[in-house]
Amino acid sequence: MNGLGAETQFHVLAVDDSIIDRKLIERLLKTSSYQVTAVESGVKALEFLGLAGDEDEFSNSDSNSKCQRVEVNLIITDYSMPAITGYDLLRKIKKSTSLRDIPVVIMSSENVPSRINSCLEHGADEFFLKPVRQSDVNKLRPHLMRGQKNIPNLNKRKPVEECLSPDRIRAKLNHDLE
Amino acid sequence: MLGLSVEQLGADMNRLLAILFHQGVLDEQFLQLQHLQDESSPNFVSEVVTIYFHESEKLLRNLRALLVDKELSDYNKMGIHLNQLMGSSSSIGAQRIRNVCIAFRAASELNNRPGCLRALELLEYEYCYLKNKLHEFFQIEQQRMLAAAVRYPAPQQHINNPQG
Repeated sequence: MNGLGAETQFHVLAVDDSIIDRKLIERLLKTSSYQVTAVESGVKALEFLGLAGDEDEFSNSDSNSKCQRVEVNLIITDYSMPAITGYDLLRKIKKSTSLRDIPVVIMSSENVPSRINSCLEHGADEFFLKPVRQSDVNKLRPHLMRGQKNIPNLNKRKPVEECLSPDRIRAKLNHDLE
Repeated sequence: MLGLSVEQLGADMNRLLAILFHQGVLDEQFLQLQHLQDESSPNFVSEVVTIYFHESEKLLRNLRALLVDKELSDYNKMGIHLNQLMGSSSSIGAQRIRNVCIAFRAASELNNRPGCLRALELLEYEYCYLKNKLHEFFQIEQQRMLAAAVRYPAPQQHINNPQG
């Protein structure tokens, strides 16, 4: 992992309507060496992700906007925001064929079990209570690494075995035993 | 020549913080902010706190404006401002302010105008106290940085003077 250099830095999109919380989460993410884009609303987040309208990208006739979309490896969003809540944003992302595999994390200042369960049930990977701390941000790495599993040059030592399906692994084992 | 040493100023900073923690004015979250400050972001805490001051003063003004009008006190709007103030206070570790916000919010949910007015006065008082103390803290921090710079002069002097 150490020899890969800056180009494999993970990019996190942070969404929060509070300026202070944006500054905090940005700093927390940067100390973990993540690249950060912080936006103030769900609307801005959807624009950034290329989901400006309600349609997903297949009905978007302007193919240029799809090419300009920057790669995002994880989205961390506040729950309580005016207009589009973090929950609304989560639902939209999970409905999008292009974005649904991006891990989504929800933050909230209120500890409401039904809210937490609802978010997790609809695909959120983590739910952090505010104020968010370094120990919370440390929990993001496994979700980010999981998303990188299918990139062959991530781990130069064993690129192929990671991607083999169970059947092919069985066939390979049988071959080795012969 | 500056009078106070780096060590003395450092001790002053710690003493001030200890008092604020003991009084419950600040909580552990403030320490979390300090941990995020380093060479790459040397003014992080004062930057965040400055934003907090601007935001809070705006919210306090809004709250007072909402309460001044007896007929049209919009308790809903008050709740929104209070949630914002609560959130940002919690994020910087301003524990007492946050707690007053909770009491204020409870009063606003009952449309209790006298209760809200009392809570607002207390909020304004706590805010002034915190602002003064944190200004004092950052002033000592700046003096300490200056004192450290004087004690450890910049290495450029050696570059310009090869004889050493």
